[in-house]
Amino acid sequence: MDGMPITGTQAVAIGSDVYWIGAFDPSLRSFDLILKTANGTSYNSYLVRGADGVCIVDTVKKEFQDIFFKRLESICAYDEIKYIVLNHMEPDHTGALPELLKRAPNAKVYLSFQAQGMLKGLLKEGAENLDVTAVTTGDSIDLGNRKVSFINTPFLHWPDTQCTWLEDCGMLLSGDLFGCHFCDERLFNDLVGDFRFSFEYYYAHIMRPFKHHVLQALDLIEPLDIKLIAPAHGPILREHPREYVRHYHSMSVPHLRREGEITEKTLLIFYMSAYGSTGDMAKEVLKGAEQVSGVRISLYDLEGGEMPPFVDLIEEADGLVFGSPTINGDAVKPVWDLLSSLCSIHTQGKLGAAFGSYGWTGEAVAMIEDRLRGLKFKVPVPGVKVKLIPTNEELEECRAFGRLIAENLTGTNAPRVIDFSDLL
Amino acid sequence: MAKATVKFSDIDLSVVVPVGTRIIEVSEKVGSGIVYGCRECDCGTCIMMVEEGMENLSTPSMLEDQVLRDNMAGKEFRLACQAQVLGDVTISPV
Repeated sequence: MDGMPITGTQAVAIGSDVYWIGAFDPSLRSFDLILKTANGTSYNSYLVRGADGVCIVDTVKKEFQDIFFKRLESICAYDEIKYIVLNHMEPDHTGALPELLKRAPNAKVYLSFQAQGMLKGLLKEGAENLDVTAVTTGDSIDLGNRKVSFINTPFLHWPDTQCTWLEDCGMLLSGDLFGCHFCDERLFNDLVGDFRFSFEYYYAHIMRPFKHHVLQALDLIEPLDIKLIAPAHGPILREHPREYVRHYHSMSVPHLRREGEITEKTLLIFYMSAYGSTGDMAKEVLKGAEQVSGVRISLYDLEGGEMPPFVDLIEEADGLVFGSPTINGDAVKPVWDLLSSLCSIHTQGKLGAAFGSYGWTGEAVAMIEDRLRGLKFKVPVPGVKVKLIPTNEELEECRAFGRLIAENLTGTNAPRVIDFSDLL
Repeated sequence: MAKATVKFSDIDLSVVVPVGTRIIEVSEKVGSGIVYGCRECDCGTCIMMVEEGMENLSTPSMLEDQVLRDNMAGKEFRLACQAQVLGDVTISPV
């Protein structure tokens, strides 16, 4: 059996009284509209048997529920199921839940606090009479001879996500964490094909926007004596599981140490300029920001760069300023290309601002500010617009704008009081 | 019209507003770091910390209480999309 592809409808033992009862989806070529899946994917579900009953951890996508139930029935009667644990509420893991609840009506559902509202959204009126318990780190279920414990790991990659931990056998049932879209019926990481690119690709698209949550989760996971990681997608990591934990850590921290003092704030100024006016404004914004100590400032002409390295820079920056001319009532495309590339990184709480020269109407600055707010930037400094060629007074305004941004970054800006009517 | 002052401590800005104004009506306009998702008391994205003046905000509805509990928010937190200003408050993003 070991090393052979799984072709039947049997559950697969992955440890002492722990079984994989998931499904393979080899023909899938795109996941959640944003991920390419050259090898398809798998929906991993697990069954944990204890002296006092059976616990199911996650289910599968609805279209694959028949094989899920066949695998489950190969080792368990429905009246043995005492608990259903939901590590993540996304439909690829909860698709078979409504039918499972019909077949095991006495099972108690365990999920995170943040998952409760999502369960109602999934089951609608079917959620009303369920026995649901919200759990967090430190809570556990007693299966008689073993404990099923919970680790709250929110935002990996939804607010509801958690991990389940079987201390007696060192198994971490990790949900989407440590997963990847790589369908291989040989199931275990020491038997499947080379899936390293899928592991990193999955991290880059699913986990990267939540790096600081990854690090918080790793604080809880790294001390565990892990023998096996059983994620909700992709190979089960039974060989060198800690290497995958270490790799997650390395992907979540900067690769090259930033120069300068650790307390220094970083401000990046990106601009595009057709006739030099927005470029001139950018240089003055930089000069103004330089008047404030404790800020490391960089200036980039978007015309001369590719987007991915800029996204990497932005990920670590504290403040971003975007300069764009207005052409045909809009900011220019490279600016939008960059701004639309930022959903793969964490931008909440960064400081943002915009400026630019225009000929007729000057919509670009306000449009960029709106996009920055949409990305959950703070935008406390109103943008600067200049009609065509900036005058000396307008260049001074740019310097004041840069200085104010830098002061806001360092917390040295003077307190202000305004009236609500000023905002209307 | 009665007025009250909302201080956004993350940007060191105070705004004098008419009593009854919701935080959501002000915070984005001034560029505070309080962020929003659904804007209708469901997702919990706009949880904010009330540093001072909790008693000067409108009483949370049962629904807001539920969202705060689901997100394990302590007693110093409110939803910015729901809280109305009744007196002086100091708030910040979480």
